[in-house]
Formats: sequence, structure tokens, C-alpha cells
Amino acid sequence: MIQPYDNAETVIHLDNVSVRYRLPEERVGTLKEYAIRVLQKRVSYNSFWALHNVTINVKRGEIFGFIGRNGAGKSTLLKVISRVLVPTEGRVWFQGRVSPLLELGAGFHPELTGRENVFLNGSLLGHSRREIENHLEDIVDFAELGAFIDAPLRTYSSGMVARLGFAVATTWRPEILILDEVLSVGDEAFQLKCQKRMDGFHKNKVTSLLVTHSMQTVENLCTRVAWIDHGVIKAIGRPDDIIKAYRQG
Amino acid sequence: MEVSEKVFIYDSAKRGSPALEELRGIFQYRDLIYQLVRRDIVTRYKRSVLGIAWTMLQPLGMMIIMTLVFSNLFQAVKGYPLYILSGLVSWTFFAQTTTAAIHQIVWGGTLLHRIYMPRTSFAVSAICTGVINLMFSLVPLIAIILITGKSIHVSIIFVPVAMILLAAFALGVGLILSTLAIYFPDVAEMYQIILVAWMYVTPIIYPEEILPEAYRFWVTNLNPMYHLIKVFRMPLYDGIFPGWTELVIASGIAITTLVIGWLFFAKKADEFTYQA
Repeated sequence: MIQPYDNAETVIHLDNVSVRYRLPEERVGTLKEYAIRVLQKRVSYNSFWALHNVTINVKRGEIFGFIGRNGAGKSTLLKVISRVLVPTEGRVWFQGRVSPLLELGAGFHPELTGRENVFLNGSLLGHSRREIENHLEDIVDFAELGAFIDAPLRTYSSGMVARLGFAVATTWRPEILILDEVLSVGDEAFQLKCQKRMDGFHKNKVTSLLVTHSMQTVENLCTRVAWIDHGVIKAIGRPDDIIKAYRQG
Repeated sequence: MEVSEKVFIYDSAKRGSPALEELRGIFQYRDLIYQLVRRDIVTRYKRSVLGIAWTMLQPLGMMIIMTLVFSNLFQAVKGYPLYILSGLVSWTFFAQTTTAAIHQIVWGGTLLHRIYMPRTSFAVSAICTGVINLMFSLVPLIAIILITGKSIHVSIIFVPVAMILLAAFALGVGLILSTLAIYFPDVAEMYQIILVAWMYVTPIIYPEEILPEAYRFWVTNLNPMYHLIKVFRMPLYDGIFPGWTELVIASGIAITTLVIGWLFFAKKADEFTYQA
């Protein structure tokens, strides 16, 4: 087997990765029903390959985009890289800290204050209490919450929640950043700020994986693009080439 | 911005034993456990006036009701309020934490689809929250000992050991049930009924002597909670240390259940996110 990941420049390597979901043909809701069906040997599954033999090599500092229709397997691919999903077959290898910006503020609790939520969310991202304390000021400043930081989250506007989520997720510079359609947070001024932070990451050679339906974003940001269709990689290459192929296909 | 000296490397082809990986994960994410426990305790009483005092008032209220209803029936039991409270407190701990473990994994399911974390975090934090509540409920327990004119014996130093055994057993059961609940949501509902039946076959509100000879052996010796409540109750109610036999049986049950639960959960944990 080739071991391209001995190369320090390779940050992510997927080797023939497949993900197979098994959906029961009929929904088996209860334990009793299930037991009866097992005894009658009537449990049958529909296999569904969400990803099939995907091989990708991502180098340090790349901004790698994934395009494709809804349900093509783009999000499944990101899940495999963020360790949420263990591939059915194949091998996933990466080096560095992965920070997923999948859905900002997932895990926030409405009754807790903004400050308490920063600690909860930060620890979900794997940071220690000390690390969070050290960055608390940055986070509050960036989210522009001021005195609201000690008010319960349920009193926040949706923009404030999104800002806080973004601030917590991006305060630590990750080695691998995963973005799933989340670059549209808050008002224009805040979006500009987010953009600046992202640019800073890219200058610092942070590797980014990006899923979006906006071809504009792909063209402006990405250094390389993969087109995924029905769980299979159709093409990998320069953004303009792949977008052209995708639009024609 | 920190740069970690050691580069983290993940290789799906070189993963160790899932059970050990989970154990290491829990250690690495210990601050997450702390935050989850803190969240559960803070949010539970956030909007109530008496707040955390409810963890003490609730068993006390139950004890008063049970004493009023049953003390005539069980006149033979000396110091019935203490007997019932010690049983009730340990049973409530078990029932609440195992139920919480199921609900937490169902709640955490959406999070598990978005971000990596040790999957045992939810069950572990549910048990830790329960242990803290259990410690609070020791306050009314000790108050009752003093009020009813009993004295506190040196055997009280054994209570923490009994609590650890109870917690280990509850974690094991919680892990098994939450694994099942991922596949069969009905488990959560079914378990509530089982808990009621289980409570009534365990000598909590009645003395074990009233069980008919014919099946006393079965509902005591084959009932793990009987043994675990016994080691919790002996140092408090009887004022004596549990004997070696009681201790060995209770620890055997607790440790075996925990190990089985942990292995079972860890083995299945990778499949959780495959369950839509």
C-alpha cells in the first residue's frame, strides 16, 4: 500500500473510504417486534452507500471544496473526517486538531448564561477549563455581547447566539477547519469580521474543508474542488474546471 | 493562540480497543463531564425559589408520607422513618441516574452527529450528577438519625464506599440501557414500568421479613439492588459495618455490571451515528 501520509505536507488522507447505511425495509419500532422478526428471519435491510471508495489527499493550507447535489454524500464525508462517523470500509488518516463548524451553537443551553455556555461549548470542542478561561475575553469581545454575557441565553437574539457560537468555535486556531454551509452568520459587519478571521486562518496555513452550494464561494475561496455524486467522486481539480463539469453534468 | 507541542494523529485503521479508547477519552474530556454535571445541576433548579434544597426536601417529603401511610403496618420495624429514608434515597439515586443516562444519550444524539466526543460522557455525567444529589440527600438522612434519637455510629465512614458501589452498578445498567435505547426507543418507556415493579420487589418501604418464605430467597438473593441497598443501609440504619459476605457480593455485582456495560456500550458506540 502506498503511504503518502508519511509526507508531512499531507494533512488528510482518505483511502477507499466507504460508508454504508443499512436501513430496515420496514421500520421496526419496538423490541418485541424486532424479536419476533429475528425469530421469523424477516429482518431485511436496504443497503445504501452514502460514500463509495472515496480517495482524497489534502495538503497543508489547502481550501478544499466539495460540491454536489443534496444527498450526494458531502456532509457524510465531513462527518468521517470529524470522527463522528467511522467508515464502514477504508481508512481515514489525518494529523492535527479538527474543528468542525457544523452547526454553530449546537449544545448551547437556553437557561445558562452566555458565559456558562462558553464553558459548556468550549469543553464540547475538547478544550480544558483553563484554556477557556484564558480565551474568555477574546470570545466575549469577538461576539460583541458586552454585558449580555451574564444574561441567560434565552434572552439573546438569534444573531447573538450565532455570533457567540462562531466566536467559541474559531477562537482556537485549528489545524483542520470544517465548514458546512455556515459562512452566513449575523449582519454584514459581523460577516466581514468572520471573513477576516477566516483569511487569517488561511494565511496561517490552516487546512479547510468546505461544503457549500454557492459556486461563487467555491470559486472565490477554494484552491481545489471535488465533485461528489451518489457517494462517488466524479472529478477533482481546479475550481473553474470542476464547476463547469458539474454544471454540464 | 496555543499550538500544541504534540501533533494529534488519527488513523481509523489503527484504533485500539474501543473500551480503552472510551476510557482514555473520558479522562481527556474530564472538563466536559464537569461542565455537563454543572449544567444539569444549575439548570434543574434555576427558576425555583428553593433551588438545590429540593434535593433534600423531596426524599424528606416522601419519607413523611410513607411513614404516615405505613408505620402502623410495619410496627415491627424500629425507627421506620430512617429505615425508609435510607432505602428510598439509594433507590431514587439508582432510578434517576439510569433514566437520566437514557435521556442524555437520546438528547446527545444530535450532538454526536455533529462533533466527536467520548460517547460515554453522557452516562458518566448522569451518574456524577446523581452522586452529587445523593450527597445532598445525606443531610436530611443524618438529621433524621439525630431527631429520632439514634446515634451516629463510626460505621458511617463506610457510606462513601456504598455510594461508589451503587454508582458503579447504576453506570453499568445505564450504559446497557442507553445502548438499547439507541436501537429501540421503546426501551425508555418500558424501563419506567420495570422500575416500578423492581422497586416493589425490593425491600425498601417494607422489611424483608414480611416476604413470604416461599419466595423471599428469590426476590432478595437474585435482586442486585437488594444487595446494594443493604450495604448502604447497614452503616446508617443498623449502625454496623457490612460483613465481608455482603461487601463481596455487592462489589461483585457492581464491578461485573460496570465492566459488562462498558464493554457492550463501547463495542456498539461506533454504530450510534449510523442509526438515523
